[in-house]
Amino acid sequence: MIIAAIGVLILAAAPWWAGRAELRLLGEIYLYLALAYLWNLMAGYAGLVSVGQQAYVGFGGYMLFALTMFGGLHPIAAVLAAGVIAALLSVPVAALIFRLKGAYFAIGTWVTAEVFRLSFAQVSSLGGGSGSSLPVNVVKSLAASRSGREALSYWLALGSAIVVIACVYLFLRSRRGLTLTAIRDSEVAAAGLGINIWRTKLEVYVVTSAFTAIIGGLIFLQKLRISPDAAFSVNDWTAFVIFIVVIGGIGTLEGPIIGTILFFLLRETLADLGTVYLIVLGVLAIVIMLKAPKGVWGLIRSRFDLELFPLSYRVKTDTPDKGA
Amino acid sequence: MPEPILQLRVLDAHYGDFQALFGIDMDVSDGEVIAIIGANGAGKTTLMRSISGLLPNAAAQIVYRGQPIGALRADQIAQSGIALVPEGRQLFPSLSVEENLLIGGQVGRKGPWSLEQIFQLFPVLKERRNQAATTLSGGQQQMVAIGRALMANPDLILFDEISLGLAPVIIKTIYDALPQIVGQGMTAMLVEQDITKALSVSSRVYCLQEGRVSLEGRTETIDRDDITRAYFGTES
Amino acid sequence: MDWISALVQGTLLGGLYALFAAGLSLIFGVMRLVNIAHGDLIVLAAYMGLSTTVMLGIHPFVALLIVIPAMAGAGYCLQRAVLNQTLGDDILPPLLVTFGLSVILQNALLEGYSADPQKLSAGGVETASVQLGGLSIGVLPLLTFLIAVAVIAGLQFIFYRTAIGRAFRAVSDNADIAQLMGLNKAHIFGLAMALALAVTAIAGILLGVRTSFDPSVGGARLIFGFEAVIIGGLGNLWGTLAGGVILGVAQTLGAKVDPGWQLLAGHVAFLVVLAVRPNGLFPRVAH
Repeated sequence: MIIAAIGVLILAAAPWWAGRAELRLLGEIYLYLALAYLWNLMAGYAGLVSVGQQAYVGFGGYMLFALTMFGGLHPIAAVLAAGVIAALLSVPVAALIFRLKGAYFAIGTWVTAEVFRLSFAQVSSLGGGSGSSLPVNVVKSLAASRSGREALSYWLALGSAIVVIACVYLFLRSRRGLTLTAIRDSEVAAAGLGINIWRTKLEVYVVTSAFTAIIGGLIFLQKLRISPDAAFSVNDWTAFVIFIVVIGGIGTLEGPIIGTILFFLLRETLADLGTVYLIVLGVLAIVIMLKAPKGVWGLIRSRFDLELFPLSYRVKTDTPDKGA
Repeated sequence: MPEPILQLRVLDAHYGDFQALFGIDMDVSDGEVIAIIGANGAGKTTLMRSISGLLPNAAAQIVYRGQPIGALRADQIAQSGIALVPEGRQLFPSLSVEENLLIGGQVGRKGPWSLEQIFQLFPVLKERRNQAATTLSGGQQQMVAIGRALMANPDLILFDEISLGLAPVIIKTIYDALPQIVGQGMTAMLVEQDITKALSVSSRVYCLQEGRVSLEGRTETIDRDDITRAYFGTES
Repeated sequence: MDWISALVQGTLLGGLYALFAAGLSLIFGVMRLVNIAHGDLIVLAAYMGLSTTVMLGIHPFVALLIVIPAMAGAGYCLQRAVLNQTLGDDILPPLLVTFGLSVILQNALLEGYSADPQKLSAGGVETASVQLGGLSIGVLPLLTFLIAVAVIAGLQFIFYRTAIGRAFRAVSDNADIAQLMGLNKAHIFGLAMALALAVTAIAGILLGVRTSFDPSVGGARLIFGFEAVIIGGLGNLWGTLAGGVILGVAQTLGAKVDPGWQLLAGHVAFLVVLAVRPNGLFPRVAH
């Protein structure tokens, strides 16, 4: 706990010890970490495998632009408002796509993202298909100096990652979180316990949508430019996130951290290879899914029997389970 | 002494961590009809699943015509001439009666059984040949399940609880057909809850209790009290 | 007259979408597998068509003689080497493995063929048209539609009239019991994927002749196929054709109102069907 706190403090002080490029990279890492935690909560715990989370990343980004440009909101207020609006929007979306079972739900989420992309491409005041840049006065309202802005968006990224990880962790330790694990392990058994599966899944969907939109707002606050293709990119906001979680260990709390570190290490070393890098990632994800479904963290854990986030209670019993 | 067709050698079976069979030894000779009796949960169905390959085993634990088959897949075992009439009939709901029978014959083994032969044995199936299999009554479905297994022209046929849940008159029809089936020289193993029924058609009997063989003997010489003890496991 | 013309064009376009959908529907029907890489496999077939036509100097339709068996063979190997290992009660492995496959295919095509749009050249048939009751109908879209009808009739025949179709249905009903009938499910699944990718080969060539394509267009093809399946109702191949037609008509009518609305109108039609008839318009009747 103390080590973690010191680590966070050191990272929080990064604007004083890190260069501009490192700061940017670290900020990006935090935002991916947050997206990975959110996707892992949905797919790894709630059984909602989405390949359309770019819908909410892009939506958050566009809300940031719309609310600051036309609503006159402060960028931070706009990002938070984007989260609230995304939560409201996600309810009717869920009502529709929750009708699709299992794997078809996944493609349904992708359709949703396409509808969002095509819709925002129709809004000419936001630049239509070619997109737009955040106006200078909005950018200036964040902080007067460039280094001030960069430090602020760095802290926002770090803060949001910490908040997301803490929320996911606390949620999974709560009664509702345990419910979720029960659903994952056996939907029939959970129904037998009188747990309302549909409602719990809906809550997870709405909350992750809101957080994803907030992260999306922060991503485009860093980028300062948005276009439908960048905002709703399935590669950037879903494929990478899925690879991070699968490689790190899906359905584990530690997996996304490991996955994010590995992902960025690979990216920084293989970036010159371009498309080959993505092929390597794809192969790696497939091999891990087939040979080690709990990812790198699962491998580490089976070797050393350790846990960063104590979530699983050890069963105190010495009579072996007889089974049925 | 006729040739052994099937030998079980210290056969164990597991479902995950749960062990269902413990060191079963059995010898079945060509042309025999073996009854397997035992209480619920004694391991009778597990035994059938092991022999037919639905549960994996070590190769040498099951020897068929001198070949170790314990580690083969179910479809390979079916090809080699063992057919199972599974518990609960398990017909294919998307297939018609005739298609259910035809798919049984798809292994392509030569022998006396054909669609026409099955229809002679159970004439009602001919009338219903184009109906979806699961629209039939329970007894008729059982006839399809038996016919489906026969279509493979097996050398060894396994019947798992074929009278379970059926009306007595239907059970009689089915049991009346059994001599015609095994009369063709087929070897049979019959899992049955109804001991009297089982003994009436078999030449030898094995009783299972909690995954172990608790009694074995020839049907005509076996003692009823011994069966009761072996069945329920009461010490006396 | 314009509107009627749009309606006819949309219907014919629906044939292409039904071809996208048929392979998807088939593998879901047999092994409950949803293949996220399906769209990328369609694009792969189009590129195979491109390479064969360029290298051998043959017409794209003749190239089918090479691309269909190549895709079918690739499908069989893919199923047996990779996808069979993902099948089970958990939906995650097949989804994530096919998703990874999709990314691999897309980037491999990018590496091999670059991002430049390509097109298959079919010569005169591309521009030819026939007059029908005052309407001018393109020969190529008409041919595509007729091929779609023929393919679906063929699949229907295979499924309900042949031994392999019987095996597909039996394995789909209960794979364990089907094994008892001497059917090796790994092999049957391989054959189902081979058949699905044979259909995908046809879809890919027709796509490449109709429009230009690049490595990134697979995702949209998957979505169109998926929408056609859901609109038509799961497990009903003729329903899938109807679903494709509805999607095609919605898109052409949307484009008629405003070119930017073409794809949006298709998605909206899908969402409306999902809201009103979640099981699709023509769900398979349970036996």
